[in-house]
Amino acid sequence: MAQYMMLVYEAEVDPAVQDERERKLPMFVELHRSLREAGLLVGVRRLRSVESATSVRVRDGETEITDGPFAVTKEVLAGYYILECADLDEALKHAARLPMVGWATIEVRPVMPADEWLNRARAAGAELPDEAVNDLV
Amino acid sequence: MNGGVERTDRVETAVAHAFRDERAIVLATLIRQVGDFQLAEDAVQDAFEAAVTVWRRRGVPANPGAWLTTAARRRAIDRLRRDRSVAARAERLAELTRLDAQHEEPSMDVEHTIVDDRLRLIFTCCHPALAMPARVALTLRALGGMTTGEIARAFLVAEPTMGKRIVRAKRKIADAHIPYRVPPDEELPDRMRGVLRVVYLIFNEGYAATEGDRLVRGELCDEAIRLGALLCRLMPDDAEVWGLMALMLLHDARRAARVDASGRYVALDEQDRSLWDHGRIRDGLAKLERAVRLRRPGEYQLQAAITALQIQAPDADATDWAQIAELYGALGRLNPSPVIELNRAVAVGLADGPAAGLALLEPLLADPALERYQPLHAAHAELLGRAGDTAGAARAYQRAIALTANAVERAELERRLSALR
Repeated sequence: MAQYMMLVYEAEVDPAVQDERERKLPMFVELHRSLREAGLLVGVRRLRSVESATSVRVRDGETEITDGPFAVTKEVLAGYYILECADLDEALKHAARLPMVGWATIEVRPVMPADEWLNRARAAGAELPDEAVNDLV
Repeated sequence: MNGGVERTDRVETAVAHAFRDERAIVLATLIRQVGDFQLAEDAVQDAFEAAVTVWRRRGVPANPGAWLTTAARRRAIDRLRRDRSVAARAERLAELTRLDAQHEEPSMDVEHTIVDDRLRLIFTCCHPALAMPARVALTLRALGGMTTGEIARAFLVAEPTMGKRIVRAKRKIADAHIPYRVPPDEELPDRMRGVLRVVYLIFNEGYAATEGDRLVRGELCDEAIRLGALLCRLMPDDAEVWGLMALMLLHDARRAARVDASGRYVALDEQDRSLWDHGRIRDGLAKLERAVRLRRPGEYQLQAAITALQIQAPDADATDWAQIAELYGALGRLNPSPVIELNRAVAVGLADGPAAGLALLEPLLADPALERYQPLHAAHAELLGRAGDTAGAARAYQRAIALTANAVERAELERRLSALR
């Protein structure tokens, strides 16, 4: 057995189109459940919009904090961490402690809590029970 | 004229005053209470709108700030009840309802709560995870009490663009959980520097404005000085806060003399000193005094001290260039930069003779990165001229002229070039 990470790339769309996508959440819930039953699902997280991203680099001992993703075309995704922090300041502090921060860029993206994911779908018109939250992590 | 109209005027004046003097305090308190920037701002907006009608009917309350805070909190509760998509909605509603059950508005009388809330708001608006233009806009919007339209005009961008910038910043604060608090001690010096940079940037935007747009952009200087005064009140032990305030006041005092009737930039020693605001200069010097007494020299304090020496001397010849050179030296040690080194070389040249200044220019002239830096060649020419090397000075002036795109600057350099012969 080997583990594989599936990275989801999508374009940002109009609110109406986004609502249509949100309403498909029952399909996700069903799929996640079946993957978990088959023993395949290790974890799933929805990220908040790229507009909430902050990038951290340390160069010459100086911590550089930048709004947004730090898009350098030569840099490729090399790994990830998920940390539970009190707020962005704590997350940025730990990002600046990662050993690779001296040569890499750490993009700090907030994870959308599962209940908010569920509430968004409901606000867009999807019908799902409260327990569906368990299939969104 | 009947009484009704008069009353209406009085209410409108009261609301306008409350907007100018209390909006930031009400907003800062409410953000802490509701835990969401956008929601708090919408609720505060609602409260001001309600004030116009309610105060007209029932009279202006004794404590408008307290009234507005209570009204805004109730609006926030209404909005939370309607909007299911807000995160942690139930907890927020419970907390707000609890606060609302308390009598009156105790926090409005407790000075330190207000101080803390406004400090929190400043640090949130100037958070390094926000882009600099967003920090500037948000600070002006939340603490300066400028409308989005006014900020847009001051920064020469379209109003919808500025509106989007502010909305996006507020969304990031909420989505990324940018904390609403005064940073802990170990982060405070760094974060404070960031706050001062935002305020100074606002000041410079207004200060650099040319004659044509002075009316809209000059307001930024006043806003920056108001923010500076607020920081002096909130952080009186920080020497750089006083240093920045002194620097802004000393610059601003000479605003009217900086540009002549035809829009031409006027150098310091050619300025009409009767146009200076001498009250403001005294104020600036007093603030500098406060900064110096704290015995922690910083970038702004040193710049203010240099400006003070230049202002206080009757003319360029009587200026204490030796001390200015020393201050530039201190500034360069804090924050090494070729621009500061250039200024130091010029001051040394004026204090100890052109040869000493020229010696300091040598490494700058040898630096390929500065090859096209016009002020370096202009200063080089000036010092060569003073040393009696007319031919060398002429060559350096020609070099500077070739690098100048600005017609006014070019005319001035050409005037100096022809004065050599």
